[in-house]
Amino acid sequence: MINTNNTLLEIRNLSVTYPTRRGEVKAVENLSLTVPAGGRLCLVGESGCGKSTVLHAILRLLRPPGRITNGELLFRGRDLRKLRAKEIQGVRGKEISMIFQDPLTTLNPVFPVGEQIRESLRLHQIIPGLSLPWPLDIIRRKQEKEIVLKAMQEVGIPSPMDRYSIYPHQFSGGMQQRALIALALVCGPALLLADEPTTSLDVTIQAQILDLMLKINQDHNTTIVMVTHDLGVAAEFCDTIAVMYAGRIVEIGPAETIVIHPHHPYTRGLLTCRPHIGEKAQQVKPIEGNVPDLTHLPPGCAFAPRCPLAQTVCEQGPVPLIQVEKNVLTRCLQPVDNRRDPSWTWDQIVRI
Amino acid sequence: MDITPPITKPTLSLIHSWRIRLKLWKRSAKEFLYDLLIHPTALIGSIIVILYILAAILAPQITVHNPENGNLRNRFTPPAWEKDGTWEFPLGTDAQGRDLLTRILFGSRISLIVGGVAVGISILIGSTLGALTGYYRGKLDSIVSRFADLLLAFPFLIFAIGVMAFIGPGITNLIMALIFKGWVEFFRLVRGEMMSEKSKEYVEAAKANGMGSLSIIVKEILPNIINSVFVLGTLRIGDMIIMEASLSFLGLGIPPHIPAWGSMIASGRDYMLVAWWVSTFPGIALLILVLAINITGEGLRDILDPRLKLEG
Repeated sequence: MINTNNTLLEIRNLSVTYPTRRGEVKAVENLSLTVPAGGRLCLVGESGCGKSTVLHAILRLLRPPGRITNGELLFRGRDLRKLRAKEIQGVRGKEISMIFQDPLTTLNPVFPVGEQIRESLRLHQIIPGLSLPWPLDIIRRKQEKEIVLKAMQEVGIPSPMDRYSIYPHQFSGGMQQRALIALALVCGPALLLADEPTTSLDVTIQAQILDLMLKINQDHNTTIVMVTHDLGVAAEFCDTIAVMYAGRIVEIGPAETIVIHPHHPYTRGLLTCRPHIGEKAQQVKPIEGNVPDLTHLPPGCAFAPRCPLAQTVCEQGPVPLIQVEKNVLTRCLQPVDNRRDPSWTWDQIVRI
Repeated sequence: MDITPPITKPTLSLIHSWRIRLKLWKRSAKEFLYDLLIHPTALIGSIIVILYILAAILAPQITVHNPENGNLRNRFTPPAWEKDGTWEFPLGTDAQGRDLLTRILFGSRISLIVGGVAVGISILIGSTLGALTGYYRGKLDSIVSRFADLLLAFPFLIFAIGVMAFIGPGITNLIMALIFKGWVEFFRLVRGEMMSEKSKEYVEAAKANGMGSLSIIVKEILPNIINSVFVLGTLRIGDMIIMEASLSFLGLGIPPHIPAWGSMIASGRDYMLVAWWVSTFPGIALLILVLAINITGEGLRDILDPRLKLEG
């Protein structure tokens, strides 16, 4: 499916658990993913399916008591799990950056935006050479400021000179997210992790931010792993989509195939419960039932209790990922194929 | 692809973020002064406090009398506007014939120094411990917090009396006794704020950006909570001055020959009926200073707290 010579990030059998009083919550279980350099991968799923946990696990930012119990996180051949604290700090922000859902709370309220971006440059010592203490570092400060201004320009912040010393709350939501992207990209990371970057923005700004991320992906060959609950966003932005359910990947493949010809009933459910303009609310079909209790997952397919196609065989034992067509893997024993049943088309799915 | 070596952090980077903070203060100084001008109580309070500080610094220049030695022939001279009063002693004299105004002026030195130093050191100790325990939690947090709870279980005055009785009078000892309990409030404030700020997203973003935890505490979180520490600090100076005066009143604070308001009030107590001014004027001086400090603190809270500002 993916050219392995070109792999930037490889996740092997990742498991993350949160011990609670009611038992271990298996937030992510046996997840394997390969992200090629320059690729755009989307993790899609409902709230609580473990998609954000994967991103946090990659940077080892899981909140205690959450911890990685198993697996390897190979980034450029290094296992991120085995790095010492100092080493992972050098990776964060410099080689792997992350952007978050709510840009306002992600920026520190008491510092000007430009200074926060410059802080990242200073932290990772992007400009080589001797680092002088504060009053003597005039030349370095000037150089850093220039890089910051260039980065702000690149993410589409107009007149960055004036915006350099403006505080986060004085920016609009879209500008804040742009600033955050500039902050994430200023050190030139190879991998950008985006945790629902467009969720808190309105639709027109969403499109702009997605365009910006696409441009960054193409101009700098920055690999992007994005988490979203919006299949439309994923379809428009990514080349590969991984649909997650209850901590597992249930379907993975090229974006167009997943969105047009989903094989897993869950993916299909996600697609049919998206409202479309011109459609009345009754026509939107939600997936019946709730996400299963992650402390007591059913022995078989986790989606079986909600699945309209479930058979007894589905509930008996763990379901492996099955190759259903070229490049597409599905964790389903009753894969569907809408090529024989074309109930909707591409046009309806992509955002208007 | 070659792998870059781990990063060594520049040691002086901590100064950097505080430099930005200073710049920020400088830039908002105009705004601050404007806020102060339209906040009448804060303005009045701070003017009075500044006058007290000037009086304390310039005490030897303002008066001609000696604060520690008097002339017994002048004892119990009433204030200038009373019968038998003279403008040589505007507020009268005490039992030893010492000029009251002079002693009050010199006494303000003690009050301001004790209040300022005790609060300053309390802030240092309390904030450091509060920041570390609030961020890292763990065993150190339980130990320090329980110790703080223990200290809070004692009434401050009784506790200070006990400490002073144990280590003996004197300015340094007095300040130490005040700090011994004074740090707890700053500890609790900073610890609480640290715990709530710690879970905010900008801290997570700073971590995701490769910042170490000590840098996050000092460079990211502390600038966000320093204003509350400032406000509490101002309010605590008033309390510390009262405490110093109380201890001096009880004879446990400042040695009697040094002019301090508390001991002056105490010395006038026996002559209340014949010479009311001996106790009254130091009391009024104390009252006005503490009141001014407190309304300045309240005003600072209004001005510095961005949450209140946004609402207003």
